[in-house]
Amino acid sequence: MPALLQVEHLIKDYPGVRAVDGISFAVEKGSCFGLLGPNGAGKTTTLEILEGITEADRGRVMFAGAPRDDGYRQVIGIQFQHTALQDFQTVREALQLFASFYARRRSLDELVDLCNLAELLNRDTRKLSGGQRQRLLLAIALVNDPDLVFLDEPTTGLDPQSRRNFWQLIEGIRDEGKTILLTTHYMEEAKVLCDEIAIVDRGKLVEQGQPDRLLHKHFPRALVRIPLQALPDGKTPPPGFEVRDGFAVAATNDIDRVLGELDRQAVALDELHIGTPTLDDLFLKLTGHGLRES
Amino acid sequence: MNMRRILAVVAARNREFYRDKAGLGWNLVMPFVIVLAFAFIFSDPDEDLYKVGVLGMPATGQDTAFLGLRHIGFVPQDSEAVAVDKVRYHRIDLLLDLRAEPRYWVNDLSPKGYIVERLLLQSYADPADGLTRETVSGRAVRYVDWVLPGVLAMNVMFSSLWGVGWVIVRYRKNGVLRRLRATPLTAGEFLLAQIISRLLVVTGVTLLVFVATNILLDFPMRGSYLALGLTFLAGALALLSIGLTVSARVRSEELADGLLNLISWPMMILSGVWFSLEGTNVWAQRIAELLPLTHMVDAARRVMLDGAGLADVAPEIGILLTIGVVLLGVAARSFRWQ
Repeated sequence: MPALLQVEHLIKDYPGVRAVDGISFAVEKGSCFGLLGPNGAGKTTTLEILEGITEADRGRVMFAGAPRDDGYRQVIGIQFQHTALQDFQTVREALQLFASFYARRRSLDELVDLCNLAELLNRDTRKLSGGQRQRLLLAIALVNDPDLVFLDEPTTGLDPQSRRNFWQLIEGIRDEGKTILLTTHYMEEAKVLCDEIAIVDRGKLVEQGQPDRLLHKHFPRALVRIPLQALPDGKTPPPGFEVRDGFAVAATNDIDRVLGELDRQAVALDELHIGTPTLDDLFLKLTGHGLRES
Repeated sequence: MNMRRILAVVAARNREFYRDKAGLGWNLVMPFVIVLAFAFIFSDPDEDLYKVGVLGMPATGQDTAFLGLRHIGFVPQDSEAVAVDKVRYHRIDLLLDLRAEPRYWVNDLSPKGYIVERLLLQSYADPADGLTRETVSGRAVRYVDWVLPGVLAMNVMFSSLWGVGWVIVRYRKNGVLRRLRATPLTAGEFLLAQIISRLLVVTGVTLLVFVATNILLDFPMRGSYLALGLTFLAGALALLSIGLTVSARVRSEELADGLLNLISWPMMILSGVWFSLEGTNVWAQRIAELLPLTHMVDAARRVMLDGAGLADVAPEIGILLTIGVVLLGVAARSFRWQ
């Protein structure tokens, strides 16, 4: 598939800090691409450069094989992490206002159906709940039927139910063939929604690829974990284990052998946990710290 | 420039204005309260029956029998021009000049002036003896009539400065500008929409206050309505451009508020809204000439009280438009979405 967005060697400095440090990647047309990283990793700055909100100090961004021009804003849609709308307007008026800015417009009825806004059309935008507000902001991002949609931590602050509902909306958009670039620090979100992810830490891109392939590349099939306090001396990991975040962790393709080793070491297995590696584990392995830490 | 985008932003901003009931009420009520307060404060029932201004008031008091008359208030005057204007507008009934050869001014149209003149002439043994008569014409102007053009202009000033300046800084701070920037809307379109919206608001509110206060107070409107309308529009444009310049980059509402106060208070004091600048410090007058509110108040007052037409106030309108166009250029060049 051709790359809709090509990002090459982006660098952005702020006083005393390099927020984006040589990031390059490509987003294929029709795919959902996730930028993963903790707060302050540089993913929002990267996104703002791609949205045209912030200028990069160095590097290049190509859209559909060419440098971005004035028409770029007509074909992208953006849902910011933090944003405000003008006061004293209804959901319908907010959608109509943003629709008026674009040459190409999606019908209001379609947007309302897509984002479940039918019952909210005449409500003041200041009186929406968190989930309702995110749905409106998503609808505003889609008001011009964009080719490329940027979603900056779209579900941060939502309760689990609202988050899952929102994922369904994004899956709907992806199924329409839209290209989506989203940032998140929820691993499950990236796993469910993204065809490809890039892990960003301290302004650098540390790994990129399809989530499952990255996990297979970096981990055996299973991760065996046991809290350090469950070990006989409370600190020395058994052979084949390493210490991570207060746990003794072994990545293995041979669970029987690992369990046998624990048995030989007289480790109580009450708190044993066996699971498949997650993107959190991958992030921890690649960067040495957790994804939600800043 | 895309007109559809501009009109959409104008409509959104107008909705913000008229749906904000508290803000709307304040915008409409404040000028009424000020005008009515002044009408009340300056209608003192216990004042003297007659008021006579005296240039060169004798230090020892009663130099002539006339100055000893009871129920006439004798008010020392410093400036002949200002005092003559007071006679013209019936704010004093007669002006007596005792600095050299005695002479006096009286308004032919003032009944009280006629009575006081008779008393003055009776006080002199020989009326023809060195007493020179000067006449001026002009219909009575109450203080509230005089202050009203200033209050209307002041309201235009506040509405223009805060209506764009403070609002844009608020938009910048809460992220509205950032969201708009991500759309094809250009900075020029956004700023033009803010100007159009606020000019509509200023026009509507000024018209409403003008009509309503006229019903209540029956103030004089002797000049051209077109001249008055253009004066207020040009003044609003000049002050809007100041508001836009202040808000071009500021992120803090507190700083914007402070800057707008820093700009508006000297204008409130020095632009002749509450009192005439004639006879005041020369430097104060020079500074006043630099302030757009001075030109708006002067022109509006001359139209409403002196019957000035468009040609008479064209210089003031020209100055206001020049300030507006120059500062709009500055604001547009220095504007930052973030």
